[in-house]
Amino acid sequence: MELTVDPTISFLTVFVLAVFVGYQVVWNVTPALHTPLMSVTNAISGIILVGAMLAAGPLDTDWGAWLGAAAVTLASINVFGGFLVTQRMLEMFRKKEKKGAA
Amino acid sequence: MSANAVALSYLVASVFFILALRGLSSPVSARRGNVFGMVGMGLAVLTTLTQTPNVGLIVGGIVLGGVIGSVIARRVQMTAMPELVAFMHSLVGLAAVFIAISAVNDPAAFHLHVPLPTGNKLELFLGSFIGAMTWSGSVIAFLKLSGRMSGAPITFPGQHLVNLLIALAMFGFGLWFFLDPATNWLAFTLMIGTAFVLGFLIIVPIGGADMPVVISMLNSYSGWAAAGIGFSLAHPMLIIAGSLVGSSGAILSYIMCKAMNRPFLSVILGGFGAESGAVVTGGGGAQKTHRSGSSDDAAFMMSNAETVIIVPGYGLAVARAQHAVKEMAHKLTEKGVKVKYAIHPVAGRMPGHMNVLLAEAEVPYDQVFEMEDINSEFGNTDVVLVLGANDVVNPLAHEKGSAIYGMPILDVSKAKTVLVNKRSMASGYAGLDNPLFYMDKTMMVFGDAKKVIEDIVKALE
Repeated sequence: MELTVDPTISFLTVFVLAVFVGYQVVWNVTPALHTPLMSVTNAISGIILVGAMLAAGPLDTDWGAWLGAAAVTLASINVFGGFLVTQRMLEMFRKKEKKGAA
Repeated sequence: MSANAVALSYLVASVFFILALRGLSSPVSARRGNVFGMVGMGLAVLTTLTQTPNVGLIVGGIVLGGVIGSVIARRVQMTAMPELVAFMHSLVGLAAVFIAISAVNDPAAFHLHVPLPTGNKLELFLGSFIGAMTWSGSVIAFLKLSGRMSGAPITFPGQHLVNLLIALAMFGFGLWFFLDPATNWLAFTLMIGTAFVLGFLIIVPIGGADMPVVISMLNSYSGWAAAGIGFSLAHPMLIIAGSLVGSSGAILSYIMCKAMNRPFLSVILGGFGAESGAVVTGGGGAQKTHRSGSSDDAAFMMSNAETVIIVPGYGLAVARAQHAVKEMAHKLTEKGVKVKYAIHPVAGRMPGHMNVLLAEAEVPYDQVFEMEDINSEFGNTDVVLVLGANDVVNPLAHEKGSAIYGMPILDVSKAKTVLVNKRSMASGYAGLDNPLFYMDKTMMVFGDAKKVIEDIVKALE
C-alpha cells in the first residue's frame, strides 16, 4: 500500500464534509430569510476572488494576468455587492423589531 | 506567511463562512452572521495578498469592483432583488472561466505543475464548463427577470435533442483537452464555447413563474463553479466556500420545486406554460360569471371585518405596492381589525421575495406567516385579500386530474369573503382558470395593485 495519499483524495474529503455542513446549516435557515440567504451566498461565492488574485499575481503581467485582474474586479463586485445588499436587507428586518418592541 | 499559517488562516475564514449561514436561522442573529461573513472574506483576501507579488494590480481590481458593487448594493430597488442576484451569479461564472483560462495559460502562477498534469486538466474542465454555463444561464435569467426579454418560455421542436447533442459535444471537447498531453487550446476554447451555448439554451425555455427554481439552481451552480476552481487550484478554502453555496442553492431549488409540486427535471426541461395551454381550452368551455367591485367596496368589507389576511404575490412586486399595503394594514389595525400576511414559498420571483418587500415596508415580521403556519386559520378569517397572486391560491390544486394537482396552496377559499386584486381575468402562469374567482364569496377588484390599495386607503379615511 502507498503511504502518501493523493492530494485529490484529501480535497474530496474536504468537499464531501463541506457539502454536509452546508446541508445541515441551510435547512435551519428560516424561510423568511431566503432572499438574504441567496445574496449572502452570492457574496460567499465571491471567494473565487482568491483564485482570481492568484491569476493576477505574477509580476510579469501577461494577458493571462490581465484576465486574472478582470476576474478580480468581477469577483469583488460580488463580494462587496453581496455583503452590502444583504446588510441592507437585514437592517429592514431589524427596524421593525424595534417598532414591535416599542 | 508560511504555507502552514496560510492554510490555518483559510481554515478560520471557512469557519466564519459557516457561521454566516448559521446566523440566518433567525432575523435576530442574521446581522451578526453577515458580519462574520465579511470578516471571513477579509481574512481570506488579506491572507492571499501576502502570497501574490503583483499587489498593485490586484488592489486596483478590488477597489474598482468594490466601488461598483457598493454602488449597486446601495441603489438597487428591493423589487429588483431577483435581477441583482441573477446578475451576480453571472459574474461568478465569468470569473471562474477567466481563472480557468489563466490557469491553462500559466499554471506556475497557481503553484501547479508545468505542463499541467491530466488530473488538473480534468478539474479545470469541470470548473470552467460549470462557470461558463452559470454565466450564460444567469445572463438569460437576468434579461428575463428585468423584463429586457420576454418571460415566456421559448421552445422549438427538437429542443431536448439539440441540447443533448451540444452537451455531448461539450464533453467530447473536454475529453479531448483532458487526453491530449500538450496544452490543447483549440479543445479548451471549443469546450468553453459550447458550454456558453448550452447554458443559454437550458434557461431560454423556462418561463417566468419557474424563476424561483432557476435562480436557486444558478445559485447552486455558482457555488459548484467556485468549488470546481478550488479543485483545479488545489485550494481547500475555495472548495469549502463553494460547497456551502452549492448545497445551499440545491436545497433552495428542492424547496421551490416542492412548493410547486413539480419534479426538478420537468422545471429544468422547461416549457410548462406552453404545454398546458391545451388543457385550459378544454375546461373553460362553460360560461362562468364573476362578481367585481370597487376599491370602496373592498375598503368597506375589510373595515367591517374582525380578521383580514393579506396574500401578496408577484403582482405586488410588479406594482411596487408594498408601502401602500403597509399603510392600508396600519389603517385597518387602527380600526381594530386584526391583519396578518400569508406567504406562499413560491410567491414572487425568488425564494423569500415577498418577505423582503414587506420588511422594506416595515411590516413587523411577527405578522408575516409561512404557508404551513397559517393555512389552518383561513377557516376563521372574515376577509382575505389576494394581491396579484393566482396559481398559489387556485383550489384546482385539490382536484385530481388538474395540471397543478397536489401543489400545496394557501386555502383562501375557506375564508368567509375573498377579495382578489388582479389586472384582468387573464389566467396565471400555469395557464389554468381559477375557480376561486367565480365563487359566490369572491369579489374581484381589477386594477394595478398599488392604485387599488391607495384607493382603499383613501376610502378607509
